[in-house]
Amino acid sequence: MDLYSEIILDYYKNPRNKTLLETANKTATEFNSTCGDKITIYLEVADDKIIQARYQGDGCAISQASTSMLTEKLIGLSVKEAQELKIHDIFQLLGVEINPGRIKCATIGLIATQKALKI
Amino acid sequence: MNYKNLFPIFSHHPELAFLDSASTTQKPQAVIDSISDFYSHDYANVHRGIYKLSETSSELFESSRETVKNFINAKKSSEIVFTRGTTESINLIAATWGEENIEADDEIILSTLEHHSNYLPWLNLATKKHAHIKKIPLTDDLTLDLDAYEKLLSSKTKLVTITALSNATGEIIDLKKIITLAHKFNATVIVDAAQSISHLKTDVQDLNCDFLVFSGHKMFGPTGIGILYGKAEILDKIPPYHTGGSMVVNIENDTPTYHAPPQKFEAGTPNIAGTIALKQAIQFIQKIELKNIQTHCQDLTSQARQILEQYPNLTIHSPKANNSIFSFSIEGIHPHDISTIFDSENVAIRAGHHCAKPLMEALKVPATARLSLHLYNTPQDLDKLDLAIKKCFKIFK
Ligand SMILES: Cc1ncc(COP(=O)(O)O)c(C=O)c1O
Repeated sequence: MDLYSEIILDYYKNPRNKTLLETANKTATEFNSTCGDKITIYLEVADDKIIQARYQGDGCAISQASTSMLTEKLIGLSVKEAQELKIHDIFQLLGVEINPGRIKCATIGLIATQKALKI
Repeated sequence: MNYKNLFPIFSHHPELAFLDSASTTQKPQAVIDSISDFYSHDYANVHRGIYKLSETSSELFESSRETVKNFINAKKSSEIVFTRGTTESINLIAATWGEENIEADDEIILSTLEHHSNYLPWLNLATKKHAHIKKIPLTDDLTLDLDAYEKLLSSKTKLVTITALSNATGEIIDLKKIITLAHKFNATVIVDAAQSISHLKTDVQDLNCDFLVFSGHKMFGPTGIGILYGKAEILDKIPPYHTGGSMVVNIENDTPTYHAPPQKFEAGTPNIAGTIALKQAIQFIQKIELKNIQTHCQDLTSQARQILEQYPNLTIHSPKANNSIFSFSIEGIHPHDISTIFDSENVAIRAGHHCAKPLMEALKVPATARLSLHLYNTPQDLDKLDLAIKKCFKIFK
Protein backbone atom coordinates (compact mmCIF):
# COMPACT_ATOMS: atom_id res chain seq x y z
CA MET A 1 0.00 0.00 0.00
CA ASP A 2 1.27 3.45 -1.00
CA LEU A 3 -0.18 5.06 2.09
CA TYR A 4 2.16 3.26 4.45
CA SER A 5 5.38 4.36 2.80
CA GLU A 6 8.78 3.84 4.44
CA ILE A 7 8.92 7.49 5.38
CA ILE A 8 5.47 7.62 7.01
CA LEU A 9 6.20 4.46 8.98
CA ASP A 10 9.56 5.88 9.99
CA TYR A 11 7.97 9.04 11.40
CA TYR A 12 5.33 6.90 13.14
CA LYS A 13 7.90 4.67 14.82
CA ASN A 14 10.47 7.41 15.47
CA PRO A 15 8.49 10.60 15.82
CA ARG A 16 10.45 13.85 15.72
CA ASN A 17 9.63 16.76 18.06
CA LYS A 18 7.29 14.66 20.18
CA THR A 19 7.89 16.18 23.61
CA LEU A 20 6.54 18.86 25.84
CA LEU A 21 7.90 22.34 25.05
CA GLU A 22 8.43 24.22 28.31
CA THR A 23 9.02 27.53 26.52
CA ALA A 24 5.82 27.34 24.45
CA ASN A 25 3.76 30.52 24.37
CA LYS A 26 1.11 29.20 21.98
CA THR A 27 -0.55 25.86 22.46
CA ALA A 28 -3.77 24.11 21.44
CA THR A 29 -5.33 20.64 21.51
CA GLU A 30 -7.40 19.03 18.80
CA PHE A 31 -9.52 15.86 18.94
CA ASN A 32 -10.45 13.34 16.31
CA SER A 33 -13.97 12.47 17.36
CA THR A 34 -14.18 9.20 15.42
CA CYS A 35 -11.35 7.57 17.33
CA GLY A 36 -10.85 9.74 20.38
CA ASP A 37 -7.28 10.66 19.42
CA LYS A 38 -5.93 13.86 20.85
CA ILE A 39 -2.97 15.96 19.68
CA THR A 40 -1.50 18.94 21.54
CA ILE A 41 0.73 21.38 19.69
CA TYR A 42 3.31 23.56 21.46
CA LEU A 43 4.74 26.59 19.68
CA GLU A 44 7.27 29.16 20.75
CA VAL A 45 6.69 32.34 18.80
CA ALA A 46 8.94 35.39 18.90
CA ASP A 47 8.82 38.44 16.60
CA ASP A 48 6.09 36.79 14.54
CA LYS A 49 8.31 33.80 13.82
CA ILE A 50 7.91 30.23 15.01
CA ILE A 51 11.21 29.39 16.63
CA GLN A 52 10.26 26.07 18.16
CA ALA A 53 7.48 23.51 17.56
CA ARG A 54 6.68 20.29 19.42
CA TYR A 55 3.69 18.04 19.95
CA GLN A 56 2.31 15.36 22.24
CA GLY A 57 -0.44 12.78 21.95
CA ASP A 58 -0.93 9.34 20.50
CA GLY A 59 -2.66 8.38 17.33
CA CYS A 60 -2.51 6.51 14.08
CA ALA A 61 0.43 6.43 11.69
CA ILE A 62 -1.07 9.16 9.55
CA SER A 63 -1.76 11.59 12.39
CA GLN A 64 1.61 10.95 14.03
CA ALA A 65 3.64 11.24 10.82
CA SER A 66 1.78 14.30 9.54
CA THR A 67 2.01 16.14 12.86
CA SER A 68 5.65 15.25 13.34
CA MET A 69 6.55 16.36 9.80
CA LEU A 70 4.53 19.51 10.29
CA THR A 71 6.43 20.53 13.42
CA GLU A 72 9.67 20.26 11.45
CA LYS A 73 8.26 22.43 8.70
CA LEU A 74 6.86 25.02 11.12
CA ILE A 75 10.20 25.89 12.67
CA GLY A 76 11.40 29.06 10.96
CA LEU A 77 8.08 29.97 9.36
CA SER A 78 6.40 33.30 10.04
CA VAL A 79 3.05 33.16 11.82
CA LYS A 80 1.37 34.27 8.62
CA GLU A 81 3.05 31.55 6.57
CA ALA A 82 1.94 28.94 9.09
CA GLN A 83 -1.61 30.23 9.05
CA GLU A 84 -1.70 29.92 5.31
CA LEU A 85 -0.73 26.23 5.22
CA LYS A 86 -3.37 24.08 3.55
CA ILE A 87 -4.29 20.38 3.38
CA HIS A 88 -2.33 20.19 0.16
CA ASP A 89 0.86 21.14 2.02
CA ILE A 90 0.30 18.21 4.37
CA PHE A 91 -0.19 15.84 1.43
CA GLN A 92 3.10 17.14 0.08
CA LEU A 93 4.87 16.41 3.36
CA LEU A 94 3.38 12.92 3.49
CA GLY A 95 4.04 12.29 -0.19
CA VAL A 96 0.53 10.84 -0.72
CA GLU A 97 -3.05 11.94 -1.14
CA ILE A 98 -5.24 10.87 1.77
CA ASN A 99 -8.74 9.54 1.16
CA PRO A 100 -11.72 11.40 2.68
CA GLY A 101 -12.17 9.01 5.61
CA ARG A 102 -8.67 9.77 6.86
CA ILE A 103 -8.40 13.53 6.15
CA LYS A 104 -8.91 14.38 9.80
CA CYS A 105 -5.98 12.13 10.73
CA ALA A 106 -3.75 13.96 8.26
CA THR A 107 -4.82 17.45 9.30
CA ILE A 108 -5.27 17.14 13.06
CA GLY A 109 -1.83 18.68 13.73
CA LEU A 110 -2.40 21.52 11.27
CA ILE A 111 -5.80 22.32 12.80
CA ALA A 112 -4.28 22.39 16.29
CA THR A 113 -1.44 24.63 15.05
CA GLN A 114 -3.72 27.14 13.41
CA LYS A 115 -5.96 27.14 16.48
CA ALA A 116 -2.93 27.85 18.68
CA LEU A 117 -1.77 30.71 16.47
CA LYS A 118 -5.18 32.39 16.63
CA ILE A 119 -5.17 32.59 20.41
CA MET B 1 -25.72 -22.44 4.22
CA ASN B 2 -24.77 -19.39 2.15
CA TYR B 3 -27.20 -16.51 2.62
CA LYS B 4 -25.11 -13.97 0.71
CA ASN B 5 -27.12 -14.20 -2.49
CA LEU B 6 -30.22 -12.92 -0.67
CA PHE B 7 -28.49 -9.53 -0.39
CA PRO B 8 -28.03 -7.63 -3.68
CA ILE B 9 -25.16 -5.51 -2.35
CA PHE B 10 -22.88 -8.53 -2.63
CA SER B 11 -23.60 -9.08 -6.30
CA HIS B 12 -22.28 -5.53 -6.81
CA HIS B 13 -19.35 -6.07 -4.42
CA PRO B 14 -18.55 -9.77 -4.76
CA GLU B 15 -15.15 -9.36 -3.08
CA LEU B 16 -16.48 -7.52 -0.05
CA ALA B 17 -16.18 -9.10 3.39
CA PHE B 18 -18.63 -6.89 5.23
CA LEU B 19 -17.71 -7.20 8.91
CA ASP B 20 -19.52 -4.09 10.15
CA SER B 21 -23.08 -5.27 10.73
CA ALA B 22 -23.14 -3.98 14.31
CA SER B 23 -23.06 -0.54 12.72
CA THR B 24 -25.77 -1.35 10.20
CA THR B 25 -26.90 -4.45 8.33
CA GLN B 26 -27.19 -4.91 4.58
CA LYS B 27 -30.67 -5.27 3.09
CA PRO B 28 -32.32 -8.32 1.52
CA GLN B 29 -34.08 -8.01 -1.84
CA ALA B 30 -37.57 -8.17 -0.27
CA VAL B 31 -36.91 -5.08 1.85
CA ILE B 32 -35.47 -3.12 -1.09
CA ASP B 33 -38.39 -4.11 -3.33
CA SER B 34 -40.95 -3.22 -0.70
CA ILE B 35 -39.88 0.44 -0.73
CA SER B 36 -40.13 0.80 -4.48
CA ASP B 37 -43.38 -1.21 -4.64
CA PHE B 38 -45.01 0.90 -2.00
CA TYR B 39 -44.15 4.20 -3.71
CA SER B 40 -45.21 2.77 -7.10
CA HIS B 41 -48.51 1.19 -6.04
CA ASP B 42 -49.86 2.27 -2.69
CA TYR B 43 -48.41 5.59 -1.61
CA ALA B 44 -50.50 8.21 0.21
CA ASN B 45 -50.40 9.77 3.65
CA VAL B 46 -51.58 7.68 6.60
CA HIS B 47 -54.50 8.31 8.98
CA ARG B 48 -55.69 11.35 7.05
CA GLY B 49 -57.26 10.94 3.64
CA ILE B 50 -60.80 9.65 3.27
CA TYR B 51 -59.98 7.91 0.01
CA LYS B 52 -58.95 4.40 -0.95
CA LEU B 53 -55.26 4.99 -1.45
CA SER B 54 -54.84 6.57 1.96
CA GLU B 55 -56.77 3.72 3.52
CA THR B 56 -54.50 1.16 1.84
CA SER B 57 -51.44 3.03 2.98
CA SER B 58 -52.79 3.25 6.55
CA GLU B 59 -53.60 -0.46 6.57
CA LEU B 60 -50.10 -1.38 5.43
CA PHE B 61 -48.64 0.96 8.05
CA GLU B 62 -50.74 -0.49 10.87
CA SER B 63 -50.08 -4.03 9.75
CA SER B 64 -46.39 -3.32 10.26
CA ARG B 65 -47.18 -2.35 13.84
CA GLU B 66 -49.01 -5.64 14.28
CA THR B 67 -46.00 -7.52 12.90
CA VAL B 68 -43.67 -5.78 15.35
CA LYS B 69 -46.06 -6.49 18.21
CA ASN B 70 -46.07 -10.21 17.41
CA PHE B 71 -42.32 -10.30 16.79
CA ILE B 72 -41.52 -9.07 20.30
CA ASN B 73 -44.66 -10.60 21.86
CA ALA B 74 -46.15 -7.35 23.16
CA LYS B 75 -49.66 -7.56 24.61
CA LYS B 76 -51.18 -4.86 22.43
CA SER B 77 -50.18 -3.14 19.23
CA SER B 78 -50.80 0.21 20.96
CA GLU B 79 -47.64 -0.55 22.93
CA ILE B 80 -45.59 -0.17 19.73
CA VAL B 81 -44.56 3.41 18.89
CA PHE B 82 -42.69 4.19 15.67
CA THR B 83 -39.72 6.53 15.95
CA ARG B 84 -36.67 7.38 13.84
CA GLY B 85 -34.47 4.87 15.60
CA THR B 86 -33.09 3.66 18.91
CA THR B 87 -31.57 7.08 19.61
CA GLU B 88 -34.90 8.84 19.22
CA SER B 89 -36.73 6.15 21.21
CA ILE B 90 -34.42 6.65 24.19
CA ASN B 91 -34.56 10.44 23.94
CA LEU B 92 -38.36 10.16 23.85
CA ILE B 93 -38.36 8.19 27.10
CA ALA B 94 -35.96 10.64 28.74
CA ALA B 95 -38.01 13.66 27.66
CA THR B 96 -41.38 12.22 28.74
CA TRP B 97 -41.13 9.49 31.37
CA GLY B 98 -37.78 10.83 32.59
CA GLU B 99 -38.91 14.45 32.92
CA GLU B 100 -41.91 13.36 34.99
CA ASN B 101 -40.28 10.71 37.14
CA ILE B 102 -36.64 11.56 37.81
CA GLU B 103 -36.14 13.85 40.77
CA ALA B 104 -33.23 15.28 42.76
CA ASP B 105 -31.06 12.58 44.39
CA ASP B 106 -32.67 9.77 42.40
CA GLU B 107 -30.28 7.26 40.91
CA ILE B 108 -30.13 5.98 37.35
CA ILE B 109 -28.21 2.75 36.85
CA LEU B 110 -26.70 2.00 33.48
CA SER B 111 -23.73 -0.09 32.40
CA THR B 112 -20.21 0.72 31.32
CA LEU B 113 -21.13 -0.95 28.03
CA GLU B 114 -23.86 1.49 27.00
CA HIS B 115 -23.88 3.16 23.62
CA HIS B 116 -23.79 6.98 23.91
CA SER B 117 -27.45 7.01 22.91
CA ASN B 118 -28.30 5.20 26.16
CA TYR B 119 -25.92 7.30 28.23
CA LEU B 120 -26.00 10.96 27.15
CA PRO B 121 -29.79 11.45 27.43
CA TRP B 122 -29.56 10.15 31.02
CA LEU B 123 -26.43 12.09 31.85
CA ASN B 124 -28.10 15.29 30.68
CA LEU B 125 -31.35 14.53 32.48
CA ALA B 126 -29.46 13.68 35.67
CA THR B 127 -27.50 16.93 35.48
CA LYS B 128 -30.69 18.92 34.99
CA LYS B 129 -32.57 17.19 37.79
CA HIS B 130 -29.62 16.83 40.20
CA ALA B 131 -29.99 13.08 40.02
CA HIS B 132 -27.05 10.63 39.85
CA ILE B 133 -25.75 8.16 37.27
CA LYS B 134 -24.35 4.87 38.61
CA LYS B 135 -22.40 2.71 36.19
CA ILE B 136 -22.28 -1.08 36.45
CA PRO B 137 -18.57 -1.91 36.08
CA LEU B 138 -16.95 -4.80 34.21
CA THR B 139 -15.17 -7.72 35.79
CA ASP B 140 -11.60 -8.63 34.80
CA ASP B 141 -12.93 -11.07 32.21
CA LEU B 142 -14.79 -8.14 30.59
CA THR B 143 -18.29 -9.26 31.54
CA LEU B 144 -20.79 -7.07 33.30
CA ASP B 145 -20.29 -7.29 37.07
CA LEU B 146 -23.72 -8.39 38.27
CA ASP B 147 -22.62 -8.58 41.92
CA ALA B 148 -21.65 -4.93 41.70
CA TYR B 149 -25.02 -4.25 40.08
CA GLU B 150 -26.88 -5.75 43.03
CA LYS B 151 -24.94 -3.52 45.38
CA LEU B 152 -25.81 -0.42 43.35
CA LEU B 153 -29.54 -1.06 43.64
CA SER B 154 -31.38 0.76 46.42
CA SER B 155 -34.61 2.56 47.15
CA LYS B 156 -33.05 5.55 45.37
CA THR B 157 -32.87 3.62 42.08
CA LYS B 158 -35.55 5.00 39.76
CA LEU B 159 -34.29 3.61 36.48
CA VAL B 160 -32.13 0.77 35.19
CA THR B 161 -31.32 1.14 31.51
CA ILE B 162 -29.29 -1.58 29.88
CA THR B 163 -28.14 -2.95 26.55
CA ALA B 164 -29.20 -6.51 25.70
CA LEU B 165 -26.10 -7.20 23.59
CA SER B 166 -23.05 -4.95 23.76
CA ASN B 167 -22.25 -3.24 20.46
CA ALA B 168 -18.59 -3.07 21.44
CA THR B 169 -17.79 -6.38 23.15
CA GLY B 170 -20.57 -8.70 21.98
CA GLU B 171 -21.53 -9.77 25.50
CA ILE B 172 -25.06 -11.12 25.86
CA ILE B 173 -26.51 -9.58 29.01
CA ASP B 174 -28.52 -11.58 31.55
CA LEU B 175 -31.57 -9.33 31.21
CA LYS B 176 -33.93 -11.47 33.26
CA LYS B 177 -31.75 -11.27 36.32
CA ILE B 178 -31.21 -7.53 35.90
CA ILE B 179 -34.91 -6.80 35.41
CA THR B 180 -36.13 -9.01 38.27
CA LEU B 181 -33.69 -7.37 40.68
CA ALA B 182 -34.59 -3.87 39.49
CA HIS B 183 -38.28 -4.49 39.97
CA LYS B 184 -37.68 -5.54 43.58
CA PHE B 185 -36.74 -1.90 44.12
CA ASN B 186 -39.65 -0.63 42.01
CA ALA B 187 -37.22 0.73 39.43
CA THR B 188 -38.32 1.12 35.81
CA VAL B 189 -36.28 -0.86 33.27
CA ILE B 190 -35.38 0.09 29.70
CA VAL B 191 -33.78 -2.50 27.42
CA ASP B 192 -31.68 -1.29 24.47
CA ALA B 193 -32.24 -4.13 22.01
CA ALA B 194 -30.54 -2.39 19.06
CA GLN B 195 -27.96 -5.15 18.68
CA SER B 196 -29.87 -8.14 20.04
CA ILE B 197 -33.06 -7.76 18.00
CA SER B 198 -31.70 -9.50 14.89
CA HIS B 199 -29.70 -12.11 16.83
CA LEU B 200 -31.67 -13.22 19.87
CA LYS B 201 -35.32 -13.95 20.59
CA THR B 202 -37.08 -10.99 22.19
CA ASP B 203 -40.19 -11.54 24.32
CA VAL B 204 -41.16 -8.40 26.22
CA GLN B 205 -43.76 -10.17 28.35
CA ASP B 206 -41.33 -12.84 29.41
CA LEU B 207 -38.64 -10.24 30.12
CA ASN B 208 -41.17 -8.00 31.85
CA CYS B 209 -39.18 -4.91 30.88
CA ASP B 210 -41.00 -1.57 31.00
CA PHE B 211 -39.54 -0.21 27.77
CA LEU B 212 -37.60 -1.81 24.92
CA VAL B 213 -36.09 0.03 21.97
CA PHE B 214 -34.46 -0.87 18.66
CA SER B 215 -33.72 0.34 15.11
CA GLY B 216 -34.91 -1.06 11.78
CA HIS B 217 -31.56 -0.61 10.05
CA LYS B 218 -29.72 -3.08 12.30
CA MET B 219 -32.24 -5.83 11.55
CA PHE B 220 -32.10 -5.85 7.72
CA GLY B 221 -34.66 -3.04 7.52
CA PRO B 222 -34.37 0.55 6.29
CA THR B 223 -32.81 3.52 8.07
CA GLY B 224 -35.00 6.15 9.70
CA ILE B 225 -37.39 3.73 11.39
CA GLY B 226 -37.15 2.71 15.02
CA ILE B 227 -39.33 1.16 17.65
CA LEU B 228 -40.28 2.10 21.15
CA TYR B 229 -42.12 -0.57 23.07
CA GLY B 230 -43.65 0.61 26.35
CA LYS B 231 -46.05 -1.12 28.72
CA ALA B 232 -49.55 0.20 28.03
CA GLU B 233 -50.08 1.46 31.56
CA ILE B 234 -46.90 3.54 31.35
CA LEU B 235 -47.50 4.94 27.85
CA ASP B 236 -51.01 5.97 28.94
CA LYS B 237 -49.64 8.07 31.76
CA ILE B 238 -46.69 9.88 30.22
CA PRO B 239 -46.98 13.14 28.25
CA PRO B 240 -46.44 13.41 24.49
CA TYR B 241 -42.96 13.98 23.04
CA HIS B 242 -43.25 15.98 19.81
CA THR B 243 -46.49 17.81 19.30
CA GLY B 244 -48.14 18.70 16.02
CA GLY B 245 -50.29 16.97 13.45
CA SER B 246 -51.85 13.52 13.83
CA MET B 247 -51.50 13.29 17.58
CA VAL B 248 -54.26 15.52 18.81
CA VAL B 249 -58.00 14.67 19.02
CA ASN B 250 -59.31 18.15 19.54
CA ILE B 251 -58.26 21.64 20.59
CA GLU B 252 -60.72 24.03 22.15
CA ASN B 253 -59.88 27.31 23.84
CA ASP B 254 -56.19 26.53 23.36
CA THR B 255 -56.59 23.28 25.29
CA PRO B 256 -55.49 20.21 23.35
CA THR B 257 -56.73 16.67 23.97
CA TYR B 258 -54.26 14.07 22.79
CA HIS B 259 -54.86 10.73 21.14
CA ALA B 260 -54.24 7.56 23.10
CA PRO B 261 -50.91 5.77 22.50
CA PRO B 262 -49.35 5.09 20.07
CA GLN B 263 -50.72 8.11 18.12
CA LYS B 264 -49.94 10.40 21.06
CA PHE B 265 -46.22 9.84 20.36
CA GLU B 266 -46.33 9.94 16.57
CA ALA B 267 -46.63 13.61 15.64
CA GLY B 268 -46.21 14.57 12.00
CA THR B 269 -46.05 12.51 8.82
CA PRO B 270 -44.07 9.39 9.68
CA ASN B 271 -41.54 7.38 7.68
CA ILE B 272 -44.33 5.46 5.95
CA ALA B 273 -42.28 3.51 3.40
CA GLY B 274 -39.64 2.66 5.99
CA THR B 275 -42.27 1.41 8.43
CA ILE B 276 -43.85 -0.78 5.78
CA ALA B 277 -40.48 -2.15 4.68
CA LEU B 278 -39.68 -2.98 8.30
CA LYS B 279 -42.44 -5.59 8.15
CA GLN B 280 -40.57 -7.25 5.28
CA ALA B 281 -37.38 -7.25 7.33
CA ILE B 282 -39.14 -8.95 10.23
CA GLN B 283 -40.74 -11.49 7.93
CA PHE B 284 -37.33 -12.15 6.43
CA ILE B 285 -35.96 -12.94 9.89
CA GLN B 286 -38.98 -15.09 10.69
CA LYS B 287 -38.61 -17.05 7.48
CA ILE B 288 -34.95 -17.80 8.14
CA GLU B 289 -35.70 -18.21 11.85
CA LEU B 290 -33.73 -16.58 14.63
CA LYS B 291 -32.38 -19.92 15.83
CA ASN B 292 -30.73 -20.47 12.42
CA ILE B 293 -29.29 -16.95 12.44
CA GLN B 294 -27.96 -17.67 15.90
CA THR B 295 -26.32 -20.97 14.93
CA HIS B 296 -24.81 -19.43 11.80
CA CYS B 297 -23.40 -16.48 13.73
CA GLN B 298 -22.16 -18.61 16.63
CA ASP B 299 -20.21 -20.84 14.22
CA LEU B 300 -18.63 -17.81 12.58
CA THR B 301 -17.93 -16.26 15.99
CA SER B 302 -15.89 -19.26 17.11
CA GLN B 303 -14.05 -19.38 13.79
CA ALA B 304 -13.24 -15.68 14.08
CA ARG B 305 -11.99 -16.21 17.64
CA GLN B 306 -9.65 -18.97 16.47
CA ILE B 307 -8.20 -16.64 13.85
CA LEU B 308 -7.74 -13.73 16.25
CA GLU B 309 -6.22 -15.93 18.95
CA GLN B 310 -3.41 -17.06 16.64
CA TYR B 311 -1.68 -13.70 16.99
CA PRO B 312 0.14 -13.01 20.27
CA ASN B 313 0.29 -9.26 19.61
CA LEU B 314 -3.45 -9.04 19.09
CA THR B 315 -5.63 -8.42 22.14
CA ILE B 316 -9.33 -9.33 22.12
CA HIS B 317 -11.46 -6.95 24.19
CA SER B 318 -14.49 -9.24 24.25
CA PRO B 319 -15.47 -11.82 26.85
CA LYS B 320 -15.17 -15.53 26.10
CA ALA B 321 -18.87 -16.02 25.44
CA ASN B 322 -19.52 -13.22 22.96
CA ASN B 323 -22.00 -13.08 20.14
CA SER B 324 -20.92 -11.94 16.67
CA ILE B 325 -18.96 -8.90 17.84
CA PHE B 326 -15.24 -8.59 18.66
CA SER B 327 -13.34 -5.53 19.72
CA PHE B 328 -9.60 -5.95 19.37
CA SER B 329 -6.35 -4.08 19.17
CA ILE B 330 -2.96 -4.89 17.71
CA GLU B 331 0.15 -3.79 19.55
CA GLY B 332 1.81 -0.83 17.87
CA ILE B 333 -0.87 -0.41 15.20
CA HIS B 334 -3.61 2.15 15.63
CA PRO B 335 -7.19 0.94 14.90
CA HIS B 336 -7.50 3.54 12.12
CA ASP B 337 -4.51 2.06 10.37
CA ILE B 338 -5.87 -1.46 10.89
CA SER B 339 -9.14 -0.53 9.22
CA THR B 340 -7.43 1.24 6.32
CA ILE B 341 -5.25 -1.80 5.68
CA PHE B 342 -8.25 -4.12 6.04
CA ASP B 343 -10.10 -1.97 3.51
CA SER B 344 -7.29 -2.49 1.01
CA GLU B 345 -8.07 -6.22 1.35
CA ASN B 346 -11.84 -5.61 0.94
CA VAL B 347 -12.55 -6.23 4.59
CA ALA B 348 -14.89 -3.61 6.07
CA ILE B 349 -14.56 -3.13 9.84
CA ARG B 350 -15.10 -0.25 12.20
CA ALA B 351 -12.34 1.60 14.05
CA GLY B 352 -12.99 4.05 16.82
CA HIS B 353 -14.68 4.30 20.18
CA HIS B 354 -17.97 2.77 18.89
CA CYS B 355 -19.93 5.50 20.67
CA ALA B 356 -18.93 3.83 23.92
CA LYS B 357 -16.49 6.21 25.63
CA PRO B 358 -17.17 4.84 29.15
CA LEU B 359 -16.11 1.39 27.91
CA MET B 360 -12.96 2.77 26.25
CA GLU B 361 -12.08 4.39 29.58
CA ALA B 362 -12.60 1.07 31.36
CA LEU B 363 -10.44 -0.77 28.81
CA LYS B 364 -7.89 2.08 29.02
CA VAL B 365 -7.64 2.42 25.25
CA PRO B 366 -8.63 5.45 23.13
CA ALA B 367 -10.17 3.26 20.46
CA THR B 368 -10.42 -0.31 19.22
CA ALA B 369 -10.95 -2.12 15.96
CA ARG B 370 -14.28 -3.92 15.84
CA LEU B 371 -15.47 -6.70 13.61
CA SER B 372 -19.07 -7.85 13.62
CA LEU B 373 -20.72 -10.76 11.87
CA HIS B 374 -24.14 -11.50 10.50
CA LEU B 375 -26.18 -13.83 8.38
CA TYR B 376 -24.50 -13.05 5.05
CA ASN B 377 -20.97 -13.64 6.31
CA THR B 378 -19.11 -16.78 5.30
CA PRO B 379 -15.95 -18.67 6.30
CA GLN B 380 -14.37 -17.12 3.16
CA ASP B 381 -14.91 -13.67 4.69
CA LEU B 382 -12.94 -14.87 7.69
CA ASP B 383 -10.12 -16.13 5.45
CA LYS B 384 -9.93 -12.57 4.15
CA LEU B 385 -9.88 -11.32 7.71
CA ASP B 386 -6.88 -13.53 8.41
CA LEU B 387 -5.03 -12.25 5.32
CA ALA B 388 -5.82 -8.67 6.30
CA ILE B 389 -4.38 -9.17 9.79
CA LYS B 390 -1.24 -10.68 8.28
CA LYS B 391 -0.92 -7.65 6.01
CA CYS B 392 -1.07 -5.30 9.02
CA PHE B 393 1.84 -7.15 10.62
CA LYS B 394 3.77 -7.12 7.36
CA ILE B 395 3.39 -3.36 6.84
CA PHE B 396 4.10 -2.42 10.45
CA LYS B 397 6.73 -5.18 11.01
C1 LIG C 1 -26.42 -0.89 21.45
C2 LIG C 1 -26.82 0.27 20.60
N1 LIG C 1 -27.68 1.16 21.07
C3 LIG C 1 -28.08 2.21 20.34
C4 LIG C 1 -27.60 2.44 19.08
C5 LIG C 1 -28.08 3.63 18.31
O1 LIG C 1 -28.88 3.24 17.25
P1 LIG C 1 -29.34 4.27 16.12
O2 LIG C 1 -28.09 4.94 15.62
O3 LIG C 1 -29.98 3.41 15.09
O4 LIG C 1 -30.29 5.23 16.74
C6 LIG C 1 -26.69 1.54 18.54
C7 LIG C 1 -26.13 1.77 17.20
O5 LIG C 1 -24.97 1.76 16.95
C8 LIG C 1 -26.29 0.44 19.32
O6 LIG C 1 -25.40 -0.45 18.86
